[in-house]
Amino acid sequence: MLTLEHFLTLSAIMFALGVIGVLTRRNAIIVFMSVELMLNSANLAFVAFATKLGDPIGQVFVFFVMAIAAAEAAVGLAIMIAVFRNKKTVNIDEINILKW
Amino acid sequence: MEFTLTDLTHLLPIVIVAASVLVAMTIDMFTKEADKTLGWFTALSLFAAAYVSLFFVDKTGVHLSGVVASGGATNILHFVFTFGAGVVALISMEYAKKTEMRVGEYYVLVLSSVLGMMLIAAAKDLAVIFVGLEQMSISFYALAGIRRKRDKSVEASLKYFLLGAFATGFVVYGMALIYGSSGTMALDTIRYAFPDLVSQPLFVLGLALFVIGFAFKIAAVPFHMWAPDVYQGSPTPVAGLMSTVGKAAAFAALLLIFRPVFDGAENALFPFLAIVATLSMLYGAIVAIAQDDLKRMLAYSSVAHAGYMLIGFASGEATGAAGVIYYLVAYAFMNLGAFGIIAMIESAEETNLKVQDYAGLGTRAPALAALLSLFMFALSGIPPLAGFFGKYYVFIAAVEGGATWLALVGVASSAISVYFYLRVVVVMYFGKSENRMEYSVSNVSLLGVTISAMLVILLGVLPGSIIKLIESFVR
Amino acid sequence: MLETYLPILLTFAAAVGFAVVATFSSEWFGPQTPNPEKHSTYESGVKPLGTTKDRVSIKYYMVAMLFIIFDLEVVFVYPWATEFGTLFGEHGVAAFWSMMIFLIVFEFGYLYAYKKGGFKWA
Repeated sequence: MLTLEHFLTLSAIMFALGVIGVLTRRNAIIVFMSVELMLNSANLAFVAFATKLGDPIGQVFVFFVMAIAAAEAAVGLAIMIAVFRNKKTVNIDEINILKW
Repeated sequence: MEFTLTDLTHLLPIVIVAASVLVAMTIDMFTKEADKTLGWFTALSLFAAAYVSLFFVDKTGVHLSGVVASGGATNILHFVFTFGAGVVALISMEYAKKTEMRVGEYYVLVLSSVLGMMLIAAAKDLAVIFVGLEQMSISFYALAGIRRKRDKSVEASLKYFLLGAFATGFVVYGMALIYGSSGTMALDTIRYAFPDLVSQPLFVLGLALFVIGFAFKIAAVPFHMWAPDVYQGSPTPVAGLMSTVGKAAAFAALLLIFRPVFDGAENALFPFLAIVATLSMLYGAIVAIAQDDLKRMLAYSSVAHAGYMLIGFASGEATGAAGVIYYLVAYAFMNLGAFGIIAMIESAEETNLKVQDYAGLGTRAPALAALLSLFMFALSGIPPLAGFFGKYYVFIAAVEGGATWLALVGVASSAISVYFYLRVVVVMYFGKSENRMEYSVSNVSLLGVTISAMLVILLGVLPGSIIKLIESFVR
Repeated sequence: MLETYLPILLTFAAAVGFAVVATFSSEWFGPQTPNPEKHSTYESGVKPLGTTKDRVSIKYYMVAMLFIIFDLEVVFVYPWATEFGTLFGEHGVAAFWSMMIFLIVFEFGYLYAYKKGGFKWA
């Protein structure tokens, strides 16, 4: 039987993987994919809580997160294309005119 | 859901800005050379929204099924966002012409970021905070990279995007845990249940993640590493917008979630806030000394200012909340003024940004030098200007809240920061200049900077009545 | 009980019928001039074989991104449409107009993308 704890554990693992991915990966696109993983782990937590509470608001909020994540992805990929056109790379170690 | 004419009038500031976004898009779609038109349209609609915000400041209420609030502190923040962005629009016109920036998207994005900020300040529901935050942030990512042919601009944009999206992940996960432990997204329900909720580890963890996410947005140490790069690489008016009103919007979200603490609930995150505030104040002030680039220097100074404002949160006093709002107003205009002058002096190739480049400005452009000195004095917190009273109110709140040592750290950090602010003034008046740089002073930019200067002086001369007004809303 | 599933059966029959008719009618009535290109596997206009490291034309990106954005906004319209009866009962015309405002703003975005040449494949 699946309980709330199972879903929360899975979402916590996904969130941790996302954070680790952002901190360790060097390709901008993979970093962004890790961020998406963090958002989706939050979505999973929202849906699990909403089911547990019997409250639809958590599920509706997931729609908002998904739609906004798509908008963010569009802008983010546009930025990466602009970077690639100028520098021919999206490796964040090589993007370093400004000191980190 | 009822939507009446009263709702419409009370939400008029938001409605004006939202409509302006669509009108600006239409102007951009159907006109070829819309530079001047769009700039003035943006500035005027933002100033109109600012006027309406102050006009309706006493019209408190909740609208649209109770997810959006109006009146009181919300409208004060609306005023900061719209008026500040209006000043940015004024200083952008000359800058855009000089640097041949794409203007159509620029003004649409400025307006849309302001709309996001206003949603944050008006939020009565976590979902509205999230939507507002993302609307603001996504507009900022694009604005940072608007000079897309320049390496620095797109690089700043990429860094801001990656770390901003990372921060968003924390905010959303924090919201999920807050929702799970409290069973609601409505801020008022959370507010009344707060004293019971703080005993739940899940809720405190959610709160902490939420605050970490916003600590990125306000650039507090150790979540500040993007700020210097992004401010340096972004077009100067955009950096001004992000560091002032953008930061004010992130603080508005923190004010909303900390509302129960200001009401007297247990400040569960005090150790975290105190450490972040201390680190921000000291690190920002000390590293700023080593900076030659003015925009980088102001970025580190903005880290320090975020630290001062966090003292108001750590204090847990209602006077602290009022102090933070006062500080936000003051900081917005003194920093915007400084960025406005930098934007005028800067060349199209992004030179003339070093402190040494300002040598001799005191004799060649006395008006500009005097204005920049005013802003530097205000930023360093020398009385009787706006910056002094901002610090004064948050420090007093810290003492009242029993965290006197935080106020002492703040005073020490202010003392350090006097050095690098006044260095600019000293270089302007006493430095020997080798290069006779070109700079373009347009009347419109000067107007924007002068308005900021007047507000900085006004806030310094009449602090008592303004803080009383804000306090009456916070209680 | 079972007859409530009749519409599903009809939809199913229509789908199969359409697929069969469409496939075979083009074979029977259309002119037949085969060449190797036509007989190759169809994969969204991209070569179906080769390494996965190929770079895709940047023009692909614009269309893909616009598609994702406009596609995902439907998640707000769909629940609204299915529950419109209940919403209308509770909130009256506000239920209708709140979605209309969303769609009008949305159309502004579409028009903007169109006027700025976002859909041009060149």
